[in-house]
Amino acid sequence: MDYLKKYPKLFQWLFLLIIFFALCFSIDVPETYKFIRGQAEFVKDPNQSTYVFLGKEVRYYAFDVFWRLPPLLGWLPIWINDSLFFLMNEWMPMEFWNEDTQEYKTRPLVLEISRTLTSFMTFLIFLIRETLLGGLETIVAFTSWDWIDKNPWAELPGLPWTIVAAGFAILAYKLSGKGLAIFAGLVMVYISIFGQWKPSMQTLSFILVAAPLSFIFGLGLGVAAYKSKRVEKALYPILLVMQTMPQYAVLVPALVLFGVGDHAAVIITMIVAVPPMILLTLLGLRAVPPEVIEAGRMSGCNNWQLMTKVLIPTARRDILIGVNQVIMVCFSMAVISAFIGAKGLGFNLLLALNQLNIGLALEAGLCISLIAILLDKMSLAWANKQTDYFGNLTFYQRNKNSLFFGASVIIGIILAYVGTFIFKDTFNYLFEVPHNKGISTADFWNKGVDWIFDTFFVYIKAFNTWLIVEVLQPMRALYLRMPAVATLVLVVGAGYLIGGIRSALVVFGLTLFIALSPWWDRALVTTYMATFGVIMSCAIGFTVGTLCFQSKRAAAFMLGVCDIFQTFPSFVYLIPVMMLFGITDTSVLIAVIVYATIPATRYTIEGLRSVPAGLHDAATMSGVNKFQRLTKIEFPLAFPHMMLGLNQTIVFALFMVIIGAFIGTEDLGQYILKALSDKNGAGIGLTLGICVAFIGLIFDNLIRTWVGQRKKHLGID
Amino acid sequence: MSEPVIKCENVYKIFGANAEKMLQESNGNVDARTFQDNGCIVGVNNASFEVSKGEMLVVMGLSGSGKSTLLRCISRLTDATGGKIFIEGQDLLKLNNKELIDLRRNKMGMVFQSFALLPHKTVVENIAFPLQIKGIKTEDSISKAMDMVKLVGLDGRENYFPRELSGGQQQRVGIARSLAVEPDIWFLDEPFSALDPLIRKEMQDEFLRLQEKLQKTIMFITHDFDEALKLADRIAIMKDGIIEQLDTPAKIVLNPATEYVRKFTEEVPREKVLLIEDVMDTSITEDVGDLKVSKDEVIENVAEKILSQEKSVAVTDENNKVIGSINPTKIINTVFGGRKNSN
Repeated sequence: MDYLKKYPKLFQWLFLLIIFFALCFSIDVPETYKFIRGQAEFVKDPNQSTYVFLGKEVRYYAFDVFWRLPPLLGWLPIWINDSLFFLMNEWMPMEFWNEDTQEYKTRPLVLEISRTLTSFMTFLIFLIRETLLGGLETIVAFTSWDWIDKNPWAELPGLPWTIVAAGFAILAYKLSGKGLAIFAGLVMVYISIFGQWKPSMQTLSFILVAAPLSFIFGLGLGVAAYKSKRVEKALYPILLVMQTMPQYAVLVPALVLFGVGDHAAVIITMIVAVPPMILLTLLGLRAVPPEVIEAGRMSGCNNWQLMTKVLIPTARRDILIGVNQVIMVCFSMAVISAFIGAKGLGFNLLLALNQLNIGLALEAGLCISLIAILLDKMSLAWANKQTDYFGNLTFYQRNKNSLFFGASVIIGIILAYVGTFIFKDTFNYLFEVPHNKGISTADFWNKGVDWIFDTFFVYIKAFNTWLIVEVLQPMRALYLRMPAVATLVLVVGAGYLIGGIRSALVVFGLTLFIALSPWWDRALVTTYMATFGVIMSCAIGFTVGTLCFQSKRAAAFMLGVCDIFQTFPSFVYLIPVMMLFGITDTSVLIAVIVYATIPATRYTIEGLRSVPAGLHDAATMSGVNKFQRLTKIEFPLAFPHMMLGLNQTIVFALFMVIIGAFIGTEDLGQYILKALSDKNGAGIGLTLGICVAFIGLIFDNLIRTWVGQRKKHLGID
Repeated sequence: MSEPVIKCENVYKIFGANAEKMLQESNGNVDARTFQDNGCIVGVNNASFEVSKGEMLVVMGLSGSGKSTLLRCISRLTDATGGKIFIEGQDLLKLNNKELIDLRRNKMGMVFQSFALLPHKTVVENIAFPLQIKGIKTEDSISKAMDMVKLVGLDGRENYFPRELSGGQQQRVGIARSLAVEPDIWFLDEPFSALDPLIRKEMQDEFLRLQEKLQKTIMFITHDFDEALKLADRIAIMKDGIIEQLDTPAKIVLNPATEYVRKFTEEVPREKVLLIEDVMDTSITEDVGDLKVSKDEVIENVAEKILSQEKSVAVTDENNKVIGSINPTKIINTVFGGRKNSN
């Protein structure tokens, strides 16, 4: 009885677990149960029954309420799909003036909006792309194809790669200094001589359109949310879901609304990139000291002046960190958008992976990684750059960078011109190195991969088989063996024990949505893969983080490594694992582990670092040794922060599991991938995306609530 | 006497959802406890006072006493829940947004405890900020701001950023900024509290020098009783939103109105605060020596001279006319007597 009083929570948890296992054992697997259940795939099967809701026919297999909940939400994807279709093709037909045929034409409103938006985006992308690479489309947009035929000289020439490279180096120098400038120059030269110039510039033009637009919308909405509680409350759930929604689940509805290509990808990228911008704008504006606002008011600012001259400049750093986030999200979307036909590096990567040409994939991947690091470092340097005073500088000092850029433009043009004489019969390498005409190391890598397979195949295969048979299959079976009711009880019970009735209701709602969707089994598979990844990642991350923390230099080094790895688009991680482990579940899981270890390590180091120095000294003076200090002082205090790391680890792991569908999994991600190539897939893709987001949010809610309480208890923040 | 520059009549500031309704129901009898039980916090409780032109009113109170809230009501950074505030006869609470902005652009200046400088602007740009907000041309505002830079003694640092300045220098910028539009009314919210003691003393002297020259109408907030005594024409002592006593420093030290005020006055070195005028005998005795002292002298400065006399000393006014006398024993009593622990 004493124990019961001393550790009430412990017994509550035990009680919960007992109920959970009792439910698991008492509910048998129904005989009709099969893992593959195809309600979502519109395949007729005589074993299926149907029900009709909202005029939509939903097919389902017989079920047992305790074992799996009925797919009551089965109509949702169909309904979303039909509604989208209706909106696009039938809703509100209106007369629109057609410039080409010089007559009025009837078109549904949404279709017209979508087409207008699409052509506007296409124009923007081509404008920038052709400034960089040359082309006709921009001029055509202002004139016509006939006019181009008559005036063959009218073509944007594009910039020689030397000028773009110099521009990047000078910008990097202005933002940060010599080091970054040299890095920028080297990256550009590398891209060029390895023949990746064209796709890189395509990707870059994508970012140059998507990032500024996302920035403007994000800033605007962030300001609106800061000013009005109502706007903030309306935005909050969307922001929350978008944070845990796998990026490429959003691509599916984009296909329906905007079609295939760069423009659709840009529009959808904005939807993904705007939320972090809103959050950071809000964070920055909230962090402006109240006295600064009062000082602005007392200086006689009206609301507009207060916002533009006081609040936004004071929140400059956070807002620019938002810009950094926007750029990185846009970049990773630019890569993933290859799935819906966006051109650029991602497209090449996808192509190479599809052909199993690991060498080519590796080259594209390396290029992507280098550009990601460069963009990240440059935008961070911008955020951390302090404003300088230019009042008393000479004309030369003030315009040094512009002058240098002007000079490099002239030199670049001269070089390109000289190039036409040097490379008379071949390509003008001083203007642009064409794709596949640069140096290629693909053969070398491919041979390397072959060699690895020839030499280590036996061992890799043995490891693979062992992992799958001994660890993964049993774990998967355990997850699938959980009756839906038992899972619900476990999740809701955990919610209640951690955060009371409110938390319990939230997680109940989220879990119920997944349980009632037709993909509960798939969600379980996703969860099992994510769980495996998270356990391994945390084990590695916490250990590595703790070890690195012992030395200041190692900690700083490790954080730097995390910074770099975090900038890579998740897709890139698939290349090396496919190289080593081929197309198996193991590959996906290893990619998950590598990717998700980043936040686990980072938050461990940051958490341990955040323990106040005074406490550290106090502990040392009370005579503890290093180990005692770690276990008695540092871990308990750093633990809340480390749990936030766990939260991030879960999100990262989920993202990677979903992307892993590309290698071949049989979870929610695989269905999203299928939906991408299905013309009726929009509803399915979106619903699946929401399911994944909800899995993330369940853990997010539980962990955050717990951390909040713990921090309050410890008096941190 | 002319119209007061600032006039408050029964000003209340109560935070909470039903503040206004509860205030109306209470008929002006606000009890902090009952309000707190209903989820309201009383910031300012029935404050009435006037500040006349060129006068410095120091509001003194410990943290949570409502002194900053009172100041923010008068600058209308927050709206008072009840009562009336007049600025030069204008009803502050009736001003619309545009009139309020006009008032702030032309009549008010404010200095903040944490300096509240704009981090992205240089010293001179910070000072020119209120002028530019007003719509004055950049060159004119900068040249005006340069005058202000000289006034607060920051010449040569005008192109520094706030992050490159020490606390004292930052507050000089804050002071210069608040004076840039040449306001009539000057609010200072614990301007020196964030500074080191030595810098604080230096800034107080500097502040007195400035006020000598500018003669602004000032409301000065502090939690430091010594600072209040040193600077104030009159002091208002606040506790739990209520003004406990509002009087000249000498009268507060000599006649603390409440037990709370007495606690502050106990440790005050009276010889540094009180003037001869405050302790002299107004009945003119014949039995005075040759020494004469001015009524405006601080006791500390003339105590040694007076104590060296056997007889009483004559006290004169500015026209050198004898208006009273003071006995050496009175000085001794004033300085050492009347304290809790003295025997």
